[in-house]
Amino acid sequence: MSVLEVRDLHVQVGDKLILQRVTFSLERGKIHALMGPNGSGKSSLALALAGHADYKVVRGEARLDGQDLFALPPHERARAGLLLAFQYPPEVEGVKLREFLRLACGARGLGFCEFQKHFPQALARLSLTDFRDRELNVGFSGGEKKRTELLQLHLLRPKVAILDEPDSGVDVDALRLIAGVIEEMAEWGTTILLISHYPRLLELLPVFRVHVLLGGTIVEEGGPELARRIEEEGFEGVRG
Amino acid sequence: MRRLAVARLDREFVEALSHEKGEPAWMREHRLRCLSMFEKLPMPKFGPDLSDLDLHDLTYYARPVEPVSRWEDLPEEIRKTFQALGLPEAEQKALAGVGAQVDSEEVYRSLLEDLRKKGVIFTSMDRAVREYPWVREHFMKVIPPEDNKFAALHGAVWSGGTCIWVPEGVEVEVPLQAYYRMQTEGAGQFEHTLIIAEPGSSLHYIEGCSAPRYSRLSLHAGMVEIIAKEGARVRFTTIQNWSKNVYNLNNKRAWAYAGASVDWVSGSLGSRVTMLYPTTVLAGKGARTENLSFTFAQEGMWLDTGARAIHRAPDTAARLVSRSVVQGKAVSVFRGTVHVGPEARGAKAHMECSTLLLSPEAKTDTIPILRTENDEVELGHEATVGRVSQEQLFYLMSRGLDESQALSLLVNGFVSPILKEIPLEYAVELRRLLEMSFERATG
Repeated sequence: MSVLEVRDLHVQVGDKLILQRVTFSLERGKIHALMGPNGSGKSSLALALAGHADYKVVRGEARLDGQDLFALPPHERARAGLLLAFQYPPEVEGVKLREFLRLACGARGLGFCEFQKHFPQALARLSLTDFRDRELNVGFSGGEKKRTELLQLHLLRPKVAILDEPDSGVDVDALRLIAGVIEEMAEWGTTILLISHYPRLLELLPVFRVHVLLGGTIVEEGGPELARRIEEEGFEGVRG
Repeated sequence: MRRLAVARLDREFVEALSHEKGEPAWMREHRLRCLSMFEKLPMPKFGPDLSDLDLHDLTYYARPVEPVSRWEDLPEEIRKTFQALGLPEAEQKALAGVGAQVDSEEVYRSLLEDLRKKGVIFTSMDRAVREYPWVREHFMKVIPPEDNKFAALHGAVWSGGTCIWVPEGVEVEVPLQAYYRMQTEGAGQFEHTLIIAEPGSSLHYIEGCSAPRYSRLSLHAGMVEIIAKEGARVRFTTIQNWSKNVYNLNNKRAWAYAGASVDWVSGSLGSRVTMLYPTTVLAGKGARTENLSFTFAQEGMWLDTGARAIHRAPDTAARLVSRSVVQGKAVSVFRGTVHVGPEARGAKAHMECSTLLLSPEAKTDTIPILRTENDEVELGHEATVGRVSQEQLFYLMSRGLDESQALSLLVNGFVSPILKEIPLEYAVELRRLLEMSFERATG
């Protein structure tokens, strides 16, 4: 059964059409991979789904458990259960990680007590215990930012988590940690859309389906073997 | 209610006021000298437009409430106001002493017995003038009436306020607090605060200010004079949330002797117009000052604030930090002045001003002046003006925070270097005020 359905999506930035005829769906509780070369539109798709104002939906629809996502402002999409782990999360001066996540948990309907209980556990799970009172992303290394994004999603338990390149710029140990957390989230029932153009993270995970984005449109879909073919033949080789 | 309304601010009124208060002759003479100075001095030649303020259409003295020694004995309306402000509760939990003033006169005062035994004086300024002859040596010596028109006006009509004297070596660890309330429509408030910290002593004094909203314009022209003797430490925190009919034109200045430190923490959230430039004269070797200012200018307001450090001795240090947030059609100006004299070798000063503009009509100006008359100094200055980052806003909203939550979190983050210096209860209150105003703006 699918949890997120995207149909005939067309997205424009300024005057430029950057996504067209994008159609795919995500199976509940499964790990999906969205692959494609640089500039193919992967991050644009993620930002359009999350509701970034620069990414204008000119045609098509997206439904999260039947709910029309594009009718909702960004914060209501998050409250409905769609969360995006950013590829480049911004630094937010003066706002402590703890303070921010307490508010975000409140917005997702998690009470203060639950937050008090889960937050230290989530910090420990992501090896971020020392970051509790740090300012959000300020001065974090690339890898620390990736882990902090995952920490947020781990804590907020969305229906659908879109992870935009959680593996770029992280070392082997962190990669294993990240894979473990993603798998755990899927086991809890979160549907994952994992954006990556390297297969090394995918190899560590039980990927259910691979979607290939090229030139702003989905050109191929398949099982985990598609990821291996891409590694051998490149994106042009798998063009359907 | 005692009310001395004046059609003309003149000798006759000032003499009547002095008589009403039963003051010694020197104070009556002082008031009259200030009055003639006021008449001679010009209006300020910089800053906000004051032309709507009619100085001859104010009630200069109003005493709507008799003083009491228990909160329960205050009239219900006033008592409820102070309760809503949390003052009696804070007194129980976190304060060493409290003074509360309504319009021209004090209505309540308390001080912990322990501090009384150590010789700390914490009393109304009026009473101090009558009871302590030494007051004469200090009153308006840090800020003389010649300084500016509103200092002179204050000197002529001042009423109420607090006099604090901390004996040598006594450390007042818990803050003392005063609360100023302007209650009567059209009444001005002119309280005078004099703090003398003897060598090696310390204290933290907090002022809160508020008023109900009236359509008539009103004037608050208070004065604060601080004398921090050798090695003394004084911190002075003011949070004003005057209503939008109040002109808030204050004079605050400290004199810091060798090794002394004076910190000013100012939060300006209300008033129609504010002019406030707390100043520290670093008069002795190794004296230091910190001046932390937070302003939140909202629709129709002009907050003209600043900080001044005057280095007159070697190895003195100053740090001036300002955070301004401007929302709607409002103006925020920060004037930072550091002046290092020829004798102040080894002086260090750093100024840092940042402004966050929340609307296209918001206006801001930062006017830093760093002047030195010797070469052995370290002076630094940074200033930034920015708008709310759309990327940050989207990021926070993508986690489920609505626009007003996200905005107030970003603004809180922006002002956090100041907020963390403000006592907890006030920081919480400031956050609440910020959130409320964003709900109004985005709701």
